[in-house]
Amino acid sequence: MLNIKRSAASRWLLYTVVTLGFVAVVTPFVWMILGSFKTQGELLRVPPTWWPQKPTLDNYRALFSEESFLRYFANSTLVAVCVTAANVIFCSMVGYALAKLNFRGKKLVFALVMGTLMVPGMVTFVPLFVLVANLGLVDSYPGLILPFLVTPFGVFLMRQFIIGLPDDLLDAGRIDGASELRIFRQVILPLCGPGVATLGILTFLGSWNSFLWPLVVAQTQDHYTLPVALALFSTGQNVTNYGVLLAGASVVVVPILIVFLIFQRRFIEGIATTGIK
Amino acid sequence: MLLFSVFTAWPVISSLYMSLTDIKSRDLRSPFAVSFVGLQNYAHVLSDSQFRQSAFNTAYFVIVGVPLTLGIALAAALALDKGITRFRTVFRVGYYTPVVTSIVAVAVVWRFLLQPDSGLVNTILRWVGISGPDWLGSTTWAMPSLIVMASWRNFGTAMIIFLAGLQSVPVMLHEAASIDGASSWQRFRHITLPLLRPTMLFVTVTTGIGYLQFFEEPFVMTKGGPLDSTISMSMFTYNQFGFGNYGFATATAYVLFVIIVALTAVVFRSLRSNT
Repeated sequence: MLNIKRSAASRWLLYTVVTLGFVAVVTPFVWMILGSFKTQGELLRVPPTWWPQKPTLDNYRALFSEESFLRYFANSTLVAVCVTAANVIFCSMVGYALAKLNFRGKKLVFALVMGTLMVPGMVTFVPLFVLVANLGLVDSYPGLILPFLVTPFGVFLMRQFIIGLPDDLLDAGRIDGASELRIFRQVILPLCGPGVATLGILTFLGSWNSFLWPLVVAQTQDHYTLPVALALFSTGQNVTNYGVLLAGASVVVVPILIVFLIFQRRFIEGIATTGIK
Repeated sequence: MLLFSVFTAWPVISSLYMSLTDIKSRDLRSPFAVSFVGLQNYAHVLSDSQFRQSAFNTAYFVIVGVPLTLGIALAAALALDKGITRFRTVFRVGYYTPVVTSIVAVAVVWRFLLQPDSGLVNTILRWVGISGPDWLGSTTWAMPSLIVMASWRNFGTAMIIFLAGLQSVPVMLHEAASIDGASSWQRFRHITLPLLRPTMLFVTVTTGIGYLQFFEEPFVMTKGGPLDSTISMSMFTYNQFGFGNYGFATATAYVLFVIIVALTAVVFRSLRSNT
């Protein structure tokens, strides 16, 4: 009897702690969104207010008309969509080749992929910049997109996924006289649904949030992506308009939050599967 | 494949050579003017006092940040795995939310939360009678602030991986142990923890690699200040790149890379040999 009572009490305690943690995790986002509707005066008030007292859309108006965030939003979307589409196509092709085909130098190629997977972007961004500069692509969309069309992470993910598909299916296709390309398109790809979804989501997320490379390669406002614009705006000399900053942060965060809440199962499963290997 | 070689493999190789030259931004158009300087860049890196400060800060960030992040993640995973039955998905999704958001945006928001007067953090501290410091303006508190923020943002990933790992712990073992009279702490210590070792290894390495490269947090929140107290190795590299010292910047990046590889190897060995 005593035991049951104690476990009920500890259950309450556990729920309280977990709920407090939940509040601590979510509060900054709620505060950000609420803050983006406050006036400058209200944001500086001590103690701070929670609900906006005179809700205003001025911050968003300023963001989109004076700071051309619409352009940055379009840039971010364009880059993320191109990078994601290319990764889905190319990584599954390379992944298929590495998983199921036999060709010379396969081991070497795989070693190269795994080796570069280990090397962080911080190490390669300078030579990559020199390369892109020599190609004359600094401050252009190709400069933002090209380096990420195929990523070692994506190749690895797709290889791991495709290697689990049964060989019999491929053999059946070959006996029926299908070309490798046809097997890839009509046998492999349809079975890759979950793998492609995971890859697509993670790539889109990575591209949308990526910061260092766009910061390096986009040198005029025409090619800024959202995080770059927000970071430079927020560290600029005369940042006085806090409401606009919070509105900017909301514009970066909210679309991805919506995508995340819709696909949260995929996101979380994707992380879990890439983690277990 | 071609794309991959050009944009991923080539930079890795050419960067190694570049770190041995005195290449600068003005050399972009005349690659033959670059001269080979051997290990001079590396000698210069290691004697640079700002670089040493950045290495110290990075070590601080990793040594405090990784255990803190993993501790929170493990606690959350344990709670969600067994204790919590209702609203489990809500909690899981909520805890994971910061991970999907842009560090830049999150850092902007936290800069507000940490404002000395009008910030939410100090307001809450005032309720309990503590007058909080100017978090980001103090050489003592700026780094802990960044660490707490990074842990807040990143623990969700580790939590999800821990949850997956916990599911592979057989319930039978726990039942057997509790019949033998083991307390829940003993069961955690002697069953769960050893079986989580591979998961722990993976999460420690990936979190560590990420934290060694921390960049956005100081870039947006403190610009490396006050007095270089939050400048990271990545920021140092980026700044050198900004000054046009490409060869030097690449050398600093390689120092970071060697540290990453070495630490990964050490973590692998120590966690393996302890079993």
